[in-house]
Amino acid sequence: MIVLKQVSKTYDTGHVAVCNVSLEVPAGKMLVLLGGSGCGKTTTLKMINRLVEPTSGRIEVDGRDVLSVDPVQLRRGIGYVLQGSALFPHMSVAENISVVPRLLDWPVERIEKRIDELLRLVHLPPEEFRSRMPRQLSGGQQQRVGFARALAAGPRVMLLDEPFGALDPVTRDELRSEFLQLRRQLGLTAVMVTHDITEALLSADLIAVMNAGRLLQLGTPHELLANPSDDFVGSLMSSPKRQADQLESLVAGGPKGGSS
Amino acid sequence: MSEQLIESLRDLPDYLGGHMLLSLSALVVGLVLSVPLGIAVSRRPKLAELAQGIAAVIQTVPSLALLVLMVPLLGGRTGFWPAFVALILYSILPILANTVVGLRGVDPILIEAGRGLGMSDRELLRKVQLPLAAPVIIGGVRTATVLVVGTATLVTPVGGTSLGNYIFGGLETSDYVATVFGCVLAAVLAIVMDQLVRLFELAAQRRDQRLAWLGALGLLFLLGAGLWGPVSKLFSPTPEYVAGAPFTEQHILTEVMKEQLRSAGFTVNQRKGMAEGVQFLALRGNQIDCCINYTGNIWTVLMKEKESAERSILRAKVRHFLRERYGVICLGELGFENAYALAMKPQRAEALLGTERSQWTVSRLAEQSRRLSVSVAGDLQFFRRLEWRQLRERYQLRFREKKEADPTLMYGAVRDDQVDVIVAYTSDGRIEKYGLVLLQDDLHVLPSYDAILLASAEAVAKPGFAEALMPLVRDGGAISDAVMQEANRQVDVEGNSPRRVALQLLESIAVRKKSVER
Repeated sequence: MIVLKQVSKTYDTGHVAVCNVSLEVPAGKMLVLLGGSGCGKTTTLKMINRLVEPTSGRIEVDGRDVLSVDPVQLRRGIGYVLQGSALFPHMSVAENISVVPRLLDWPVERIEKRIDELLRLVHLPPEEFRSRMPRQLSGGQQQRVGFARALAAGPRVMLLDEPFGALDPVTRDELRSEFLQLRRQLGLTAVMVTHDITEALLSADLIAVMNAGRLLQLGTPHELLANPSDDFVGSLMSSPKRQADQLESLVAGGPKGGSS
Repeated sequence: MSEQLIESLRDLPDYLGGHMLLSLSALVVGLVLSVPLGIAVSRRPKLAELAQGIAAVIQTVPSLALLVLMVPLLGGRTGFWPAFVALILYSILPILANTVVGLRGVDPILIEAGRGLGMSDRELLRKVQLPLAAPVIIGGVRTATVLVVGTATLVTPVGGTSLGNYIFGGLETSDYVATVFGCVLAAVLAIVMDQLVRLFELAAQRRDQRLAWLGALGLLFLLGAGLWGPVSKLFSPTPEYVAGAPFTEQHILTEVMKEQLRSAGFTVNQRKGMAEGVQFLALRGNQIDCCINYTGNIWTVLMKEKESAERSILRAKVRHFLRERYGVICLGELGFENAYALAMKPQRAEALLGTERSQWTVSRLAEQSRRLSVSVAGDLQFFRRLEWRQLRERYQLRFREKKEADPTLMYGAVRDDQVDVIVAYTSDGRIEKYGLVLLQDDLHVLPSYDAILLASAEAVAKPGFAEALMPLVRDGGAISDAVMQEANRQVDVEGNSPRRVALQLLESIAVRKKSVER
């Protein structure tokens, strides 16, 4: 379980990135932080593993105040997936996956076993992929390795920063559904950042809509669609629906096709 | 192959070894200093700017000047140490700059990934930043390697041992084969070392540790070869050092002193081509044992005397000054003088000064120089010397043009009528070769320049040391003006090696001594 209580972040420049955000992610659930660029969603995510230090407020992960834990130790227990995978280009697939286990000084045999296990989990045959370099992988394969790396030490909590952002639409859909299945299977508590509303609606147990550093509304996809708290949330949530309607009329040979 | 080259091949292990030892040790220390410095400043843009600024300023100091300045800065030490320190300073900028650029060039998202996965700053540096910056850092090391190997050829004037001894020695004794030989060897060494360092770059790129081991092995081999000389010397008796300044006569006389000491049972090392100022510091500090200098030189440069004095008085005063002020012992005169004198081609003198030989004086030249356009050429230091100021003021000389050039080029210029007058050295063999005439210093402005044999106090205390050199200075000196001029001519004009000429010279002294005894 992840809990944020009145968390704010103000930078030295005086810029308020996040203002008084409180939310709760129940164990085994997935929360999506949704909003446009600069809305504070990524800052909020990074405060959970202390890549950004909050100015005020309290953050708990599984009941522990993150500020009371050494940030390096804290991060080793939280999976972290970045946009475009951010694999280390000088390390092979196996080396990338084993970064955290090696930091944790696991015995070699355990690490080797774990690498194969994870590669199978993300549908990459180990014998084929173990010794490949990141540049020899497609974008989708890279992000699969990115997931494997984040899962390596068996975290209970995952943070994902636009993990599907750099992928083509087909790969994105495929990888997302695989990830969602994997997450449920492993019972992970997850927080994911995205600006893609459809993605948020299709992935999330809970959605937190942010704008200008503030949390506008927190709720299930259904709640947000049915009862938006204000016009901003309302128009945001209805945009996929609007797009779908437009597409539908296109298929029907609607407005654009002429009036005949 | 020239006789001089064959002669100088005997010095190859020493010079090449010295060169490798010097450049490699400077590079290693430079690397050990620059990379941590680069890491430390890379996260602080202002500090990085400052550090790189300082390194860049050091880089802009001409390398020869930096080397020579290191001598007083290190308390008068000569030889390996000033060269070592100067080369370290030179190696810093490229390595530091590339370390900073390399580390800054690491994609921030990878740093965030490392941090997000739970790497500490140190783990991040070791596992992500340094490996990714390695190709750029090694690129800096390669630049530094070529720079340092190249600059190491310039350590000769501070008494360092390197392939530069060939280059300087060759330039000073008009032996261009030796100069080219030294340059080519230095270039080959630079290429070899650069390629060995490149193996590390390839190792980083291809993730192949064997390449790195190969590079390390190659460099270790070079270092070992460089260390061989100094280490083997540890087990032989401490050598006496004889030093020579960078011109022909000094190269010959260094060999003469060396031979005299060696036949008396001393182990002798030479420091050829040391800058005169450096040589004197080394003598004072007992780092070299003996050298040859000139009374007029000490009179004007060290004693800063403006007025000349009668030859024997000047000698006595110089002797006294050296002992009292520097604790340097003058063992005596060698018997010849190497003075500055204005020299011209006779044809030009006739045209400019008149047909009568009695008219060929500096006064007459001065008179004409105020009416006509007369040009003069001197070596790279003369126009900054007190002698020149005195000469110009006392005679009211007015030259239209003043050229500074290397002595070899200066003699060529007067021969080819590119210049009217040169500031020649009276013992130079080229005066005779080109048939130059010396203008009479009729106002006696220039001091006399008797060659004197100087030794450090420590050296004189060694039993047998002074005795070994005494034959050179007995009875007012064993080497006459004519003998020295001929010896210089043998090297500069005939292309004989300084060593061979020195042996001939010693033989002629011995023969003469015997005939006197008879």
